[in-house]
Amino acid sequence: MTELTRRTAAELAEALASGETTSVELTQSHLDRIADVDAAVHAFLHVDAEGALAAARASDERRASGPPASTLDGVPIAVKDVLATRGLPTTCGSRILEGWVPPYDATVVARLRAAGLPILGKTNMDEFAMGSSTEHSAYGPTHNPWDLDRIPGGSGGGSAAAVAAFEAPLAMGTDTGGSIRQPAAVTGTVGAKPTYGGVSRYGLVALANSLDQAGPVTRTVLDAALLHEVVGGHDLMDSTSIDQPLPAVVAAARQGATGDLSGMRIGVVTELTGEGYQPGVQQRFDESVQLLVDAGAEVVEVSCPTFVHALATYYLILPAEASSNLARFDAMRYGLRVLPEGIEAPSAEDVMRASRDRGFGDEVKRRIILGTYALSSGYYDAYYGQAQKVRTLVSRDFAAAFERVDVLLSPTAPTTAFRLGEKLDDPVAMYLNDLATIPANLAGVPGISVPSGLADEDGLPTGVQVLAPAMADDRVYRVGAALETLLTRRWGGPLLARAPELAPALRGASA
Amino acid sequence: MTTRTAEKVLSFEEALAGFDPTMGLEVHVELNTVSKMFCGCATGFGAEPNTQVCPVCLGLPGAMPVVNEKAVESAIRIGLALNCRIASWCRFARKNYFYPDMPKNFQTSQYDEPIAFDGWMDVEVDGETVRVEIERAHMEEDTGKSLHVGGATGRIHGADHSLVDYNRAGIPLIEIVTKTIPGTREKAPLVAKAYVAQLRDLLLALGVSDVRMEQGSLRCDVNLSLAPAGSGQLGTRTETKNVNSLRSVERAVRYEIARQAALLQSGVPIVQETRHWHEDTGVTTSGREKSDAEDYRYFPEPDLVPVAPSTEWVDELRASLPEPPRERLARLQREWGFSDLEMRDTVGAGALVLVEETVAAGAAPGAARKWWLSELARRANERGAEVADLGVTPTDVARVQALVDEGRINDKLARQVFDGLLAGEGTPDEVVEGRGLAVVSDEGALSAAVDRAIADNPAVADKIRDGKVAAAGALIGAVMKELGGKADAGQVRELILAKLI
Repeated sequence: MTELTRRTAAELAEALASGETTSVELTQSHLDRIADVDAAVHAFLHVDAEGALAAARASDERRASGPPASTLDGVPIAVKDVLATRGLPTTCGSRILEGWVPPYDATVVARLRAAGLPILGKTNMDEFAMGSSTEHSAYGPTHNPWDLDRIPGGSGGGSAAAVAAFEAPLAMGTDTGGSIRQPAAVTGTVGAKPTYGGVSRYGLVALANSLDQAGPVTRTVLDAALLHEVVGGHDLMDSTSIDQPLPAVVAAARQGATGDLSGMRIGVVTELTGEGYQPGVQQRFDESVQLLVDAGAEVVEVSCPTFVHALATYYLILPAEASSNLARFDAMRYGLRVLPEGIEAPSAEDVMRASRDRGFGDEVKRRIILGTYALSSGYYDAYYGQAQKVRTLVSRDFAAAFERVDVLLSPTAPTTAFRLGEKLDDPVAMYLNDLATIPANLAGVPGISVPSGLADEDGLPTGVQVLAPAMADDRVYRVGAALETLLTRRWGGPLLARAPELAPALRGASA
Repeated sequence: MTTRTAEKVLSFEEALAGFDPTMGLEVHVELNTVSKMFCGCATGFGAEPNTQVCPVCLGLPGAMPVVNEKAVESAIRIGLALNCRIASWCRFARKNYFYPDMPKNFQTSQYDEPIAFDGWMDVEVDGETVRVEIERAHMEEDTGKSLHVGGATGRIHGADHSLVDYNRAGIPLIEIVTKTIPGTREKAPLVAKAYVAQLRDLLLALGVSDVRMEQGSLRCDVNLSLAPAGSGQLGTRTETKNVNSLRSVERAVRYEIARQAALLQSGVPIVQETRHWHEDTGVTTSGREKSDAEDYRYFPEPDLVPVAPSTEWVDELRASLPEPPRERLARLQREWGFSDLEMRDTVGAGALVLVEETVAAGAAPGAARKWWLSELARRANERGAEVADLGVTPTDVARVQALVDEGRINDKLARQVFDGLLAGEGTPDEVVEGRGLAVVSDEGALSAAVDRAIADNPAVADKIRDGKVAAAGALIGAVMKELGGKADAGQVRELILAKLI
């Protein structure tokens, strides 16, 4: 039974198609795995065994009587708790939404259900996706399956850890500044951030609307592409979603898996390597570049000078949008309501103040204050306005680079997984984790992170990210799949096979 | 009861002797689109609370807005009718502030990129034309509605708890902002009223809104400041909200001029603030202070793509605009045969559209004007309401006149029919029936009443027989008295003369 949880989603889909297994069987095996290891990993905030099994039964009945609803019909999935799920709690990792059960599905969730994927549960995350370690979750941190004392990345540490710990073959994440890609890098998994507008944001509880993008969290590039095809494409409910056919990502992943990259021009971003990158991360990156050269790609160095300002720009735009988005959490209609102490007949404003004070964590408050300040009259031009201009420059750097090369390459994160608590008191050190991933969000271009190996100094996973022009998502899948194939060949099997076994004995040992 | 200290005011004349008023008017118009500004919810007025809501207009986490194309179309048509330029590219912006009836705690509005800008409307006041410059018309969403329970006044102060109805949240609004209107002097209150009245007629002709002030589908804020007479300066302004009838627009302007003048004359500076108009007492009271405390932190709405109407579309909408107001007035005057004064009175009473619709329903223009401007205007005035808001429809008025024309009632009985209509007793025919108002047309009954009147007044009868026909009035009066007024005076007169001469 354990064996099912080790397979890729593509393999499970085949096993379902051939009748080797049923959706109920493999959904149950993942629920068992969750029961075994999640007390130690804490990838899930909510597990919906009943709902998942009901969907699995429906899937099996569908297969028995006719064609499946999709290629992934019956393959279970975990969903980041920032996506609204009808009838399932959605907390965004925050106290302020404790107990809130949405009356509607996010478009990606609706598409998952329509495609027949049983939803195992909701995964842990930094509160409102603010963080790079999942330590800012109001419900406790998620632990990295490679080393339970370390962070799984963030904000989507829950989704990445669930996939890395074989609790789910697939997961949905969201990426505002790297929240899909950076957790993938530090957990030895694959994470893809589609082109902005490529996947509907309807029902994604916004962190920063102009940066957020939902995408796949998986163990292989092909799985990511298969999931991307299920959830992607135009949605009338999201005005910013692109009304164009989805790039052929599955075909691109299959093509890349041949390991041939002849004719592909690849640019290594000068500003996203070298200083500030852990030696082991840099070393694995350099080897990956060499492998791509060997596979026939033409590799050049490309400079994107404004990328050095990306982080500062991001930390103005994100808090500005977030401060406005989070204003709705006021205890008037849903979520936590706190009656202030010492006030006899509290006004609505008193209740709002008390609820927001109690309901939001420190990092959220920090960003609300930053954003409110950046948008204030008299400061708007100097901060928010200026940041938007730099954002345009970042996009121009990308545009110029993509005139010379087909894709850009960099390490996904500057370091491997750090220890829980290590950077909790140093917000800037925490923010630096997203140095390499942020430019793609500012420009709206797609990116993927694939495992590049283990750093020599700590034996922990490292990742490489591939970036492409908007709506050329197929390129990141092709190059990502090629790299995956070449590395897996060299390793003699998937990287995750080298992760330590999580002992079922740990069940219930810690939370 | 709330206690309000009555503020000292100067007389309007004194105020104008010392100061020049400058006005600015902000009108919010609720569009009559089938669905809301950013979601598919219904917009009907008066539905059960919180039954016309969805994740989007409730601002639920994750929900996203989608622009209502029809609302954009209406906004452009309004802009064009106000002679505005139409933006080829503009964005929505978030106006951030906390209030329980605002689901997202920001209002999706437009800030520095309105859909329409730089227009004008010519307003007729006492035969004179005043050009009101339009600064902008922009799109936004309405808020929900708070209901304060437990207090005596329905206001938040003293209330026990509040309920919020989000049916109104997300209904499309167009905010139309004038530039400052200088130099109107003693006509300022009338110009303000005429502007709103003409704007209302224009919006009605465009068919974009119900423009029912009493239902809040047209709401007016009055900005007003005073400067020393002849100084050409601009003083500190107040913004008076809640001015929700044509009559109140005029009164509020008049009141603020008088109030501010009294303060300034005694050396007290005007505070820039929001004030509330009280229809019942005819005064404004201080609301929140504006100034620096109010920072809405506007920024472009990242969940919406820019609105970029094509030139072709705008041209198409321009071509489909209804007749411009001045041309329309000239045409109606020609068609109705009204004198300049009659036309001006009709417009001034806010009854132009009512008369037009009454004529369309079959009444003669003169009769339509008579009922609306005398009988119904008087009753509206008694109630402190607008004639359009009485609840009597043009169809009703046309029917009443038809009943008169048919001889079934007379003018005096018609007034009673209006009483019945205002009391909600049904259609004109139902009122006539219910109140037994039909004139006595039974020849036998009439003849008998006339005979009795002649017998009771032999002296008068003799005079008539002697040729003093004017004396018939006394007999007519007697007959009317006996029949409770339910007779056609002309018919009675003929009968009397036939019997005596």
